Amino acid sequence: MPSFTPEAVRSLHAADTDLRLAALQRFTSAPMPSPEEELWRYSRIAELSLDRFSPGSLTTTVTGAEAVLGSDVLDDETELDLFGDLNRAFMSAIVLRVPRGKVLDAPVVITHTLAVDAVACFPRLVIDAGEDSEITVIERFVSDESVSGLIAPVLRVRAAQAARVTYLSVNELGSRVWQIANQQAEGMRDSTTLLSTVALGGDYARVRTHARLTGQGGSTRQVALYFADGTQTHDFRTTQEHIAPKTSSDLLFKGAVNDSSRSVYTGLIKIGPEARGTVAFQTNRNLTLSDGAWAESVPNLEIETNDVKCSHASTVGPIDEEQRFYLESRGIQPDIAERLVVLGFFDEVLAQLPVGGLADELRERISAKLHTAVVPEKVTA
Amino acid sequence: MTTLKISGLHASVAGKTILNGIDLEVSSGQVHAVMGPNGAGKSTLSAVVMGKPGYTVSAGSVTLDGVDMLALPTWQRAQAGLHLVLQYPTEVPGVAVVDVLAEAFAARGRSTDGIREQLSTEAARINFDETFLARSLNVDLSGGEKKRNETLQLAMLRPKIAILDELDSGLDIDALRDCSRRVEDATNEDGLGVLVITHYSRLLKELKPDVVHILVKGRIVSSGGPELVDVLERDGYAAFEGDQPETASSALDDLFGTPPSRN
Repeated sequence: MPSFTPEAVRSLHAADTDLRLAALQRFTSAPMPSPEEELWRYSRIAELSLDRFSPGSLTTTVTGAEAVLGSDVLDDETELDLFGDLNRAFMSAIVLRVPRGKVLDAPVVITHTLAVDAVACFPRLVIDAGEDSEITVIERFVSDESVSGLIAPVLRVRAAQAARVTYLSVNELGSRVWQIANQQAEGMRDSTTLLSTVALGGDYARVRTHARLTGQGGSTRQVALYFADGTQTHDFRTTQEHIAPKTSSDLLFKGAVNDSSRSVYTGLIKIGPEARGTVAFQTNRNLTLSDGAWAESVPNLEIETNDVKCSHASTVGPIDEEQRFYLESRGIQPDIAERLVVLGFFDEVLAQLPVGGLADELRERISAKLHTAVVPEKVTA
Repeated sequence: MTTLKISGLHASVAGKTILNGIDLEVSSGQVHAVMGPNGAGKSTLSAVVMGKPGYTVSAGSVTLDGVDMLALPTWQRAQAGLHLVLQYPTEVPGVAVVDVLAEAFAARGRSTDGIREQLSTEAARINFDETFLARSLNVDLSGGEKKRNETLQLAMLRPKIAILDELDSGLDIDALRDCSRRVEDATNEDGLGVLVITHYSRLLKELKPDVVHILVKGRIVSSGGPELVDVLERDGYAAFEGDQPETASSALDDLFGTPPSRN
């Protein structure tokens, strides 16, 4: 991997070169992950050869962040894996530091566009929400079909006491781009965090999310909508970790796979011995829309106290025949009936996303993945 | 004038024969009732006519004005003018009735202009709460609301022939009246032909049938006027079941003076 060298790090002339070099050292000394490891099982990590890429950068625009731009990237946490370390070495960071009590009325919108071929990019977003503050951030990853590349983003969220953080990442990458994302969130006392993901693009696109509740009464919600077609793979690893008492977490991941695409969901609810009175739910539902498509769903529980309310549910299957028949019995063509059912399936997630004006655009993109000719006119407001 | 003609229909599900030769003819403006005990094949009849997957037709035909319905997929049967009101309307999360109707209109080349106003008018006509129009189809609806929703779709789509599969199941008195009146209006105003499939006679007190057919073990064992309902009320289906011929004879003798012919 000649591209990812200390010289390359030094050439960035960053103020934190030492920390970057240390991160690169951790990256270089760690073995590349293999699908033999549980966290990388069903992944396509064995196909990745970093030699194809050199460090590069995305074209990034940020709106609505003027009042909260900061610089502290919260180095107190260790990275989730070696791609987190590689990101720390080469990162371009955006830090949003929301002062105590401040409420941002409009969402911060960050758009990353990959415009250069064969580069590896390392955007890092830090959302550091002070006590009783409120912020919504939408981060979009965009590229067209002409470029290949690797994007290894890192998200770091810290929600202080009673802070409210809402985050959405939207993967609209072209089909030649790899994404390996790591997200960590810490929720302190009585804080509320929503971590949401829409994944439509990429060749292999992975998001690993670790949400930790460290303060009593804190809560997190994780929702995702993913839809793969062609030969795409969408890969999600989630952890809902409860450390403090009376915390709650809820997770709803809904996905579809078409053509010969694949999706992986593995989720862990981890409840520590101190987390008495905790409530944790996890639901993963998958639609397989063609015989060649494949979805894996693996829920796990690890509970070290008795005083919890906890459940998980997971399903993988084709469109319900009864639903299809019902709609067709109204004179609706099979492909349109399918589109209605799939959009309806995702509606539950779309309704929870802080998407605003994005919702209609997302519905169109979902429809396009069904390969039906006409985009529906949504009559419902 | 439209006619749904079912001739010698034999059908099975999972290898088990359910329909043993059904003959029926329903024309515009008529109301035909098919009554029968549990397991007689009532719901199978509606499913087969509409083309629900999982049923095999081994003999017979179903035509609408001479067009072979069995050769068409479900959606084309609907576009040809057939409509099915489901006994247990399917829940479709995230899909509102207005979306379904907009697509159904578009599929028929009908304009969706003013569809919301039409829906409001139709909803008011059957006392269907408008707040349900934007909700997921049949999700968290009571039995009565589900059937009002079904009736609403029937009214909006204006089919030529409608099959009502146990419209009365799960229905309270008010909903039963609202739904049957709307169907009756459609027979009078639009010349809708109706095949109403039911277990009980109470629906037929609201929706007056022109012809009543008794379906037992996959066959129509008797057909007659509305007075056949009274015989059923008095003697039950046992009167029409083959293993009790004496009762059957006496019951039908009251009506026709002759024993029924069994085909």
